[in-house]
Amino acid sequence: MSENQLRDAISEAIKDNDVILFMKGTPEQPACGFSARTVGVMQALDVSFASVDILPDPRIRQELSALSQWPTIPQLFVGGELVGGCDIVMEMYENGELAELVGADASAAAPADDDAPAAQEGLLQPENRLA
Amino acid sequence: MPSADDIKQRIEAALPEASAEVEGADGVHFQAVVTSPAFAGKTRVAQHRMVMDVFAGELGGSIHAMALTTKTPS
Repeated sequence: MSENQLRDAISEAIKDNDVILFMKGTPEQPACGFSARTVGVMQALDVSFASVDILPDPRIRQELSALSQWPTIPQLFVGGELVGGCDIVMEMYENGELAELVGADASAAAPADDDAPAAQEGLLQPENRLA
Repeated sequence: MPSADDIKQRIEAALPEASAEVEGADGVHFQAVVTSPAFAGKTRVAQHRMVMDVFAGELGGSIHAMALTTKTPS
C-alpha cells in the first residue's frame, strides 16, 4: 500500500465510521495511558465506536497526522471531524459536550453497514465495537 | 531554553486579548491555560491549533510537549 493509498484508506475510515478512534493498541489492550483514558471515556458514555491501532505500521500515524494536522495520538473523530486528543476529550466529557456531540450524531446516523468499508483492506482494520 | 514566563508572553503577544497561565520548570514540558475572546465559536481543536501555531516548528523539538486548556472569558 503506498502512502497515498494509506491516506485514502484513513480518510475513508473517518468518513465511513461516525465515531472512530485512532489509538495506540486496542480498546481491550490500550498501549498508552492517553489512549486508555480516551477509551475509558467512550465506554463510560456507552457509545459504539470504531478503533484503529496505529502501532502496527508507523506510516499510519504519519499519514493520519498529515491528514488531520494534529500531531499526537489518540485522535477522536465524530461525523468526519477531528474532535481532539485525550485532553480535549476528557474536558468535553467532564462538561457534557461530548455526550451531546456523540449522542446527537449517533441518533442521526444511518444504521451501521456491515459490508466492508474500503478501510477494511490491508493495514487499516477499524473494529466496530459496542462499548 | 524558554521559561514558563517566555511562553506566557509569546502566547499573550500572539493572540488577541489573551491571558495565559503557564507552568513548566524544566524548559521543555509546559502546561498552559489560555483564555481569549478569540476562541469564541471555535472548536477545541481550532482553539488548540491557534495556540500551537504560535510555537510551530518548536513543538516536538525544543519544546517537547505542551498540555493545553483553552477558555473563553466568562
